[in-house]
Amino acid sequence: MDVQEHTISLLVHNKPDVLARIAGTFSGRGYNIENISANVTMNPKITKITIVTVGTQATMVQVENQLKKLVDVIQATHMKSRESVRREMVLVTVGGDREKVMKAVGELGCRVLKEKPDHFVLEVTGSKEEIDQALTYLETLDMKDMSRSGMVVL
Amino acid sequence: MELNGSQILLRALMNEGVDTIFGYPGGSILDIHDELFKSSFKHILVRHEQGAAHAADGYARSSGKVGVCLVTSGPGATNTVTGIATAYMDSIPMVIVTGQVPTPFIGTDAFQEVDITGITRPCTKHNFLVRHIDELANTVREAFYIARSGRPGPVLIDLPKDVMRAMTEYREPVSPSQGSAEPVYLPDAGPLTETVNLIKKAKKPVLLIGGGVIHGRATAELIEFAHKVNIPVTSTLMGLGGFPGTDPLWMGMLGMHGTYYANMAISDCDLLITVGVRFSDRVTGRLATFASNATIVQIDIDATSINKNVLVHIPIVSDCRSALIQLNALLDRNGLEKIREGREDWITRIGEWRTEGPMSYCQGEAIKPQCVIETLYRMTKGDAIVATEVGQNQMWAAQFFRFDKPNTFLTSGGLGTMGYGFPAAIGAQVAFPDRLVVDIAGDGSIQMNIQELATAVNYKLPVKVVILNNGYLGMVRQWQELFYEKRYANTGIGGQVPDFVKLAEAYGALGLRAVKPGEVEATLAKGLEHPGPVLMDFVVEAEEKVFPMVNPGASLTDMKLSSGIGM
Repeated sequence: MDVQEHTISLLVHNKPDVLARIAGTFSGRGYNIENISANVTMNPKITKITIVTVGTQATMVQVENQLKKLVDVIQATHMKSRESVRREMVLVTVGGDREKVMKAVGELGCRVLKEKPDHFVLEVTGSKEEIDQALTYLETLDMKDMSRSGMVVL
Repeated sequence: MELNGSQILLRALMNEGVDTIFGYPGGSILDIHDELFKSSFKHILVRHEQGAAHAADGYARSSGKVGVCLVTSGPGATNTVTGIATAYMDSIPMVIVTGQVPTPFIGTDAFQEVDITGITRPCTKHNFLVRHIDELANTVREAFYIARSGRPGPVLIDLPKDVMRAMTEYREPVSPSQGSAEPVYLPDAGPLTETVNLIKKAKKPVLLIGGGVIHGRATAELIEFAHKVNIPVTSTLMGLGGFPGTDPLWMGMLGMHGTYYANMAISDCDLLITVGVRFSDRVTGRLATFASNATIVQIDIDATSINKNVLVHIPIVSDCRSALIQLNALLDRNGLEKIREGREDWITRIGEWRTEGPMSYCQGEAIKPQCVIETLYRMTKGDAIVATEVGQNQMWAAQFFRFDKPNTFLTSGGLGTMGYGFPAAIGAQVAFPDRLVVDIAGDGSIQMNIQELATAVNYKLPVKVVILNNGYLGMVRQWQELFYEKRYANTGIGGQVPDFVKLAEAYGALGLRAVKPGEVEATLAKGLEHPGPVLMDFVVEAEEKVFPMVNPGASLTDMKLSSGIGM
């Protein structure tokens, strides 16, 4: 059985404990959340949650069905990578030589959000692979901190 | 009209058809009890909140109605958790109402505050914290809807004290919101037709039923189906009563302590049709060899039960009754006579297995626990609601009492909760005041909720408790004998067992004791005749074991039929 990364997109009622119910379903049944992102949809009473998880195809069917059983889950969709668009974002603080940083900005196509005498805050948006590549590059500079989002999918 | 929260709660409960509540008062629910005092509700005051939860469960299992339990915040709420988890594992519809500290105090570690919705999230079907009085009536409506619909289960409503005291204009609740509505699964035509074709071709088919048949009220359709196509039937512990135990097609329970012939048949069958079964490890034994020669058809209302433990060939996500009705209809158009006749060799083979390994035990100098159950069955003609505790008493009850009707066997199958049976029997007796309700117990498990004797005496509930007293925590001792070289660590309780006769008398109940095989029948006769609650102490063979036994993780064909004998 092939263990792979899978993406599940959930529409849920925007209630205080809904995230706890979803997280509890994962932890209680031994599934793992790789990353997660959540925010309201066009309808403020409904939240969209994207969860990236790792497991076999059979496990994914279980995960999806278990999530569908939750009363506050309106819809659970296993997103196929070929048919969907997916993005992550990372904010990175890098120090060091301005010229090298600007070269990186040019090559990676990232934005400069903040420029201080001793460091820069950069934003990179892209697919998981693009983010991984960007981080590998930025690590060769004086990378001081980073904050990476969960995946959003449409 | 303006009503306070407590009045709205009671009105909402009444709207759901509730007339009986099992509970225990406390600071956070004083207002509700004050309203109960003025109402026509029957409130059964238990002696421990765990008892209230199990009693509501027994009430639900025996009557098919939603059991309701009302307790205070903090320890009152946490004491119900074992009962809630028990109901959750066995898919029992229950609504548990817990008091909560006033909303401004939530999160401040106030006196008797506990996050009960957080604690019960993994063992309820859903739960609610009602933060505003205007949500109350609808929340109760939704809670009952969720508890009853689809695969049933317990739902908890947490009610802060200030919400109970607030006033609002009462509005009739609206229908449950879409969010709580489970999809209604009707079976697809394709897999049903395929199943009918498989039935026609099968030489060695077996029907395996579970609790879903009872929850889905599918017994009549199941009997029709089994006889139409002449398929032998076995059951999980939870399915007992779902198919008549006196039917010629009945093979008894399967699994770890199932009959030899049911386990052999399921291991050899070429078609396995399961109805309302979730394939517990106690049922399947070693997964790799479970029904490994069979095409498996699984009918279940819960999509997560499909392919969870056993991979099936034809999944049918549907409530059991709808699927069976459609199968029966499809079968009407086919040559049933030929199908039925084609089964003779298979049924003969199962008969041979039954002769090879019948359900039996040896009589001895001491009372045999199996004999107590058999005598009870004979004397009651099976016309009783039987609750059990957990362990050897439970297995012997499942093996030696024949259940002919659904909702007559109340047992904690999934969670295996000692202390379940007695309060569950009390709940069943409240639901059916005129029926015979028996709790089959061990000397260990009866002590886990023995305080409910006061409840039974107080409400004159004539529950009959049959204690199979072997002085041990018998099932654990059995495992120690078989797997831990007879090191009986902490399982010998004989020295500390109370005098059950005196104990019964201390509570105001009748206590009886039998120590010799010759006394069994007379003791049962006297106990069953008595109009009030009775504790019958049967001092049984101390080291009697439950057989057949499939060791945990072994194949179902790898059974020990008695000490030292394997087959």
